[in-house]
Amino acid sequence: MSRSPSAFVVFAIIFAGVSVLGFAASRWGSGDRKSLEEWGLAGRGFGTIVSWFLLGGDLYTAYTFVALPAFLYGAGAIGFFAVPYTTLAYIFFFVVVTRFWVVARNRGYITLADFIRDRYGDRRLEVAVALTCVAAALPYVALQLVGMQAVLTQFGAGSQLVGGSALFVAFAIVAAYTYICGLRGPALVAFVKDSLMYVTIVAAVLIIPAKLGGWGHIFSAAGVALARHVPPGALLVPPNMYFAYGTLALGSASTLFMYPHSITSALSAKSRQVIARNAVFLPLYSIMLAMLALMGYCALAAGIHLDAKHTSLAVPLLLESLFPGWLTGVAFAAIVTGALVPAAVMAIGSANLFASNVLAEFTQERPPGETHHAKLLCLAVLAAALVLVLTVPVPFAINFQLLGGAWMMQIFPVAAMGLYTRWFNPHALLAGWACGIAATTAMAVASGFKATFALGGSGLVGYIGFYGFVLNLAVATGLTLLLRATGSPHGVDRTVPADYA
Amino acid sequence: MLLLLPVVGTLWVPFYARLEPRLFGIPFFYWYQIVWIVLGSLLIGAVLLLTRNRSDV
Repeated sequence: MSRSPSAFVVFAIIFAGVSVLGFAASRWGSGDRKSLEEWGLAGRGFGTIVSWFLLGGDLYTAYTFVALPAFLYGAGAIGFFAVPYTTLAYIFFFVVVTRFWVVARNRGYITLADFIRDRYGDRRLEVAVALTCVAAALPYVALQLVGMQAVLTQFGAGSQLVGGSALFVAFAIVAAYTYICGLRGPALVAFVKDSLMYVTIVAAVLIIPAKLGGWGHIFSAAGVALARHVPPGALLVPPNMYFAYGTLALGSASTLFMYPHSITSALSAKSRQVIARNAVFLPLYSIMLAMLALMGYCALAAGIHLDAKHTSLAVPLLLESLFPGWLTGVAFAAIVTGALVPAAVMAIGSANLFASNVLAEFTQERPPGETHHAKLLCLAVLAAALVLVLTVPVPFAINFQLLGGAWMMQIFPVAAMGLYTRWFNPHALLAGWACGIAATTAMAVASGFKATFALGGSGLVGYIGFYGFVLNLAVATGLTLLLRATGSPHGVDRTVPADYA
Repeated sequence: MLLLLPVVGTLWVPFYARLEPRLFGIPFFYWYQIVWIVLGSLLIGAVLLLTRNRSDV
């Protein structure tokens, strides 16, 4: 399917440049590379601009850029929930993450679970949070590769073998520079990735609607095409899905910042102010995201026909058919580097969690050899994701990622609420978490891995993570009241109010 | 409190699940939510400026 040689040449040049840049990051900055703080958080030294590129680079992933338009292409308006989701996510980011950054700096935390250990003095809760984060991140890393694979397969004349080996090579390069440079590698690559992304999307917004006869025509053509889908989609969310749309947006927004890649990038900022400013300026990426989502409709209007299993090709095909060859190369390079940045940061974040919260003993001192463990674990996470993508069918990875998001919402009471109150009993929180995880998993299985669930059979349709969260909070509150009434121990809180100021 | 505005604005789905009025041919449902991205950012910026003098941030 490699119709345009110029597309491939541009793509190859950009990719080679990005690889060199990744390794060049080892010369960037000083500090002791042996400490986990240096390798995993770049010494907490990033200013507003570097943080903006890094956070933008890893929150807005290649998977998002491929899957979101595919969602609108396949199902219509419901997919647009990603837009209010990102709007709301920055409110949480501004309010909660700034507070977390302060306590993390004061107490030297590298992960979210480090905070849980100190705050509740409960090892089980720490491990529960760490494992939830890793379980949610792993399929996410795997899905980054799916986006890459879609592009590489285009170049490999549709051959799975060529696509597969190209994927392997690209991944080995990322693994190598991440191992050597830590967070600085993806941070430097993020500059290129984001620039390519902006070029692609601005070009898409300028070129595509004009070629397809304007937005008015695109929406009416998309509306007609959606109505023919099985099950039919629509340009508007139907009234019985209003609650689902809202809870999907709110639920996803409340989990975004707790993912290992968000925490890792946020903690690498050098001041609280850097994070606060980024909450103001990062939404620029969301506008890009919204435009990209609408490309799903453009693909419908352009008459690109794909069956339900291959909707992720909607945007690559659209760009290839309407862009000049070299610009297609830029766009494809944007998707591939767009996969590499978040995959690397997610792997670093997960490795930090594993090294300092699951494997390490319950101590105050950071154990020696921790960085070495984290580096090896980072490679392990990337390798696991690669294996996952090459062996497991894509829909399974998508289901798993979706479930991971719903699971992340179950650590909200422990982590986010825990930043403000120590009212909850650690045992009660653990029980609430377990109920939430069990309930969301059960709902997901019962509904055939859909994000939404009709409560009571035909009742209110809502996001499964949100329902799980309500149960989780009810259990945690009820048990806390009970345990307080019986005067059982409340656990040790090693943080003091001054740590939060 | 200003930060609650986007929460209400984006979660009150029945209010904006409509096609008209269109903007550049884009139905209301879509451009309304895009406008909220900008408003959300401006409101966070406003809160940041208003609270700057109150603490050592």
